[in-house]
Amino acid sequence: MSNAHAANKSSLWDWLTTVDHKKIGILYLISGGFFFLIGGLEALLIRIQLMKPENTFLTGDLYNQVLTMHGTTMIFLAAMPIIFAFMNAVVPLQIGARDVAFPFLNSLGFWLFFFGGVLLNLSWFLGGAPDAGWTAYAPLSTTSSGSGLDFYVLGLQIAGAGTLIGGINFLVTIINMRAPGMTFMRMPLFTWTAFITSGLILFAFPALTIGFFLLMFDRVFEANFFDASMGGNPIIWEHIFWIFGHPEVYILILPAFGIISEVVSTFSKKRLFGYSAMVFATVLIGFLGFMVWAHHMFTVGLGPVANSIFAVATMAIAIPTGVKIFNWVFTLWGGQIRFTTANLFAVGFIPTFVMGGVTGVMLAAAPADYQYHDSYFVVAHFHYVIVGGLVLGLFAGLYYWYPRMFGKMLNETIGKWNFWTFFIGFHLTFFPQHFLGLMGMPRRYFTYPEGFGLGSMNFISTIGAFFMTIGTILFVYNIIITHAKGKMVSGDPWDGRTLEWAIPNPTPHYNFLQTPLVRGLDALWIEKMAGNKKMTPAEPVGDIHMPNNSILPFIMSLGFFIAGFGFIYFNKGGALALVAIIVGLGIGLVCMFLRSWIDDHGYHIHKKDLPKEDKGADL
Amino acid sequence: MNVGERLTDQNFPESPEKATLEGKNKFLGFWLFLGGETVLFATLFGTYLGLRNSFGKGPEASEIFQLPMVFAATIILLTSSLTSVYAVLALKENRVKAMRGWLFVTLLLGLSFLGLEIYEFIHYVHEGHTFTSGAFGSAFYTLVGFHGGHVLFGCLWLSTLLIRNSGRGLTLYNSPKYYLFALYWHFVDVVWVFIFTVVYLLGKVG
Repeated sequence: MSNAHAANKSSLWDWLTTVDHKKIGILYLISGGFFFLIGGLEALLIRIQLMKPENTFLTGDLYNQVLTMHGTTMIFLAAMPIIFAFMNAVVPLQIGARDVAFPFLNSLGFWLFFFGGVLLNLSWFLGGAPDAGWTAYAPLSTTSSGSGLDFYVLGLQIAGAGTLIGGINFLVTIINMRAPGMTFMRMPLFTWTAFITSGLILFAFPALTIGFFLLMFDRVFEANFFDASMGGNPIIWEHIFWIFGHPEVYILILPAFGIISEVVSTFSKKRLFGYSAMVFATVLIGFLGFMVWAHHMFTVGLGPVANSIFAVATMAIAIPTGVKIFNWVFTLWGGQIRFTTANLFAVGFIPTFVMGGVTGVMLAAAPADYQYHDSYFVVAHFHYVIVGGLVLGLFAGLYYWYPRMFGKMLNETIGKWNFWTFFIGFHLTFFPQHFLGLMGMPRRYFTYPEGFGLGSMNFISTIGAFFMTIGTILFVYNIIITHAKGKMVSGDPWDGRTLEWAIPNPTPHYNFLQTPLVRGLDALWIEKMAGNKKMTPAEPVGDIHMPNNSILPFIMSLGFFIAGFGFIYFNKGGALALVAIIVGLGIGLVCMFLRSWIDDHGYHIHKKDLPKEDKGADL
Repeated sequence: MNVGERLTDQNFPESPEKATLEGKNKFLGFWLFLGGETVLFATLFGTYLGLRNSFGKGPEASEIFQLPMVFAATIILLTSSLTSVYAVLALKENRVKAMRGWLFVTLLLGLSFLGLEIYEFIHYVHEGHTFTSGAFGSAFYTLVGFHGGHVLFGCLWLSTLLIRNSGRGLTLYNSPKYYLFALYWHFVDVVWVFIFTVVYLLGKVG
């Protein structure tokens, strides 16, 4: 096996079988980015339809499908994988590890996500996409005709299994694989947020798994969970969905907080202000995130006591979030600020996210929520936190870590155009939607009548969407230009503070020739201040143990993909569907069996094949 | 030492399942996985509790549940937990034959439990209590069936483990595998204790 690794070519086979966290990070980024473009295109179609009153560009069921797929794609297939891209690319490097705890499972998690996403999107070509909103409330979702909702349930079930696997992997990686001296309270904040996010994934996703099973059983096997006429209760779906769904919001935003913390600290040339308060706030947000799900259900009629408790718990989250906002501002305060593109996105993030947070507290007031519920005010709120928060954070992370992931720096001039068009476009799109909501425009409707005064603000909103599109196109253009003409940079192009900048460019297969010795927070910066040219090693140069590549994760995911098709067509496809189920699940089980049967001890890169000494990152 | 090498009484570590980094990772990862499984079953229990009196067109729970048979199944599964404990004790002392023997007994008990459960389900279906007879039926078969599925998967896993390692002693590579199976099996047993209480006892008297 080790010979095959020595000739580590960038062939297709290598990408299909890789268990290297750096390559899996790139796979996540490319597929997440692809789904982001699809989801963005769907958003643009929605905005074109709503550009003027009584428009007929995209109406009725087709509008419902585009709306549903926009939300579903953006949350599950764009935001989550891009977060996993960063976790893969950065976390092992930040803690001084050579790989993740479970490289095989890491690959399996990616391929499950990938095949799940493909399965969901194939619905477009096979009779229509899901049309019950991204929340798929029963009984609308259980009675929706066609196969769209079956694609939703099966596609997301497969993708969700991948996410859960990824979450466990990163929890164990961060607990067990830290370099000597890297105590918990010396971990960079992005690693901390990745850690808490993984914990939230572990405890939130299984609820969704069951929710999807129940919905699937109702649709495919005629169970009665949500059928009131047979004693079922559709409110159970809402509870299960939001017991997952609200922690999901923090699963998404916490890593963005981590990215912003890294970027703000690096480009202010200062240690992050209030590091321990930041860690505590992260943990507290993660904890409280599980206590607030019913604020999505204020109008269901759970009663004043339940509504009050969930309202207070929701408002309490504003406190740790406020702590974070002040700490970022104080980090910038008095710093040597460099307005690189990454930092522009980070600085733009701060006020934007505050606005999303303020409307969040407004929505948390249960009596007022009866007015806001299901209106464009809610749409404006969650786009302020998800686009204005998460997506700006992801852009900051992309510009910041691009040289680490690909060895080349994205063009800064195009980057600044990217920022300003996207940022202005964002506010132009979503700021008017607050007022549209307060004026009574409901969400999810495909049109609105003339003479209600909703036309001009909707028009402005659509113009904003075009600006965001220009920003995204500039970003794609930037990537192309960078890879065509960009030059390789040093391993530490930003004068970084954390361990991911302590290694040469391109990153060696084994990450660290010698495991570094961590002597405090901002481990690399400490060495720089001590006048050292590289990290102090914790071990002599020796044989390095690495995991073997494997095609099994790919085949196993393909098996579940085939079985998914079988379940989708179970009621219509007859024998063929049954064959697909049996063959698909069979392939999955055989792959598990083979994984258990074949002894896999990994391989060693021998000392004689390694460089004599650690060169560091050309500081 | 090579992780694939057979351990002797001389070089046998205190906890062979956690003696390597891979072993430690698996040990922790599996505990976390069981944490996720807890949420999975908690969601199923919550759904069941919400629907347990919505019988629809099917018979009521107190009419159909047969406590003697369920009690027998409970005893069988709890005993299998005990035998897996003996297996782990043997594992910690490098007594390979005893360990494999106890695991074999565990497997037999697991299979008998499954047999009883299948018999029970067939009996219920004849009584008109089916997956589609009402919300109660759907919730019952989903919760108990998920548990049964876990037992089935455990039996397949254990069989693979026993066949693959027949004639091989304990190594640092396969010790974590045996140990994790025991963890899994205990978890499946604990879930059954809750099912026995929440589904059967509560169904009979609640």
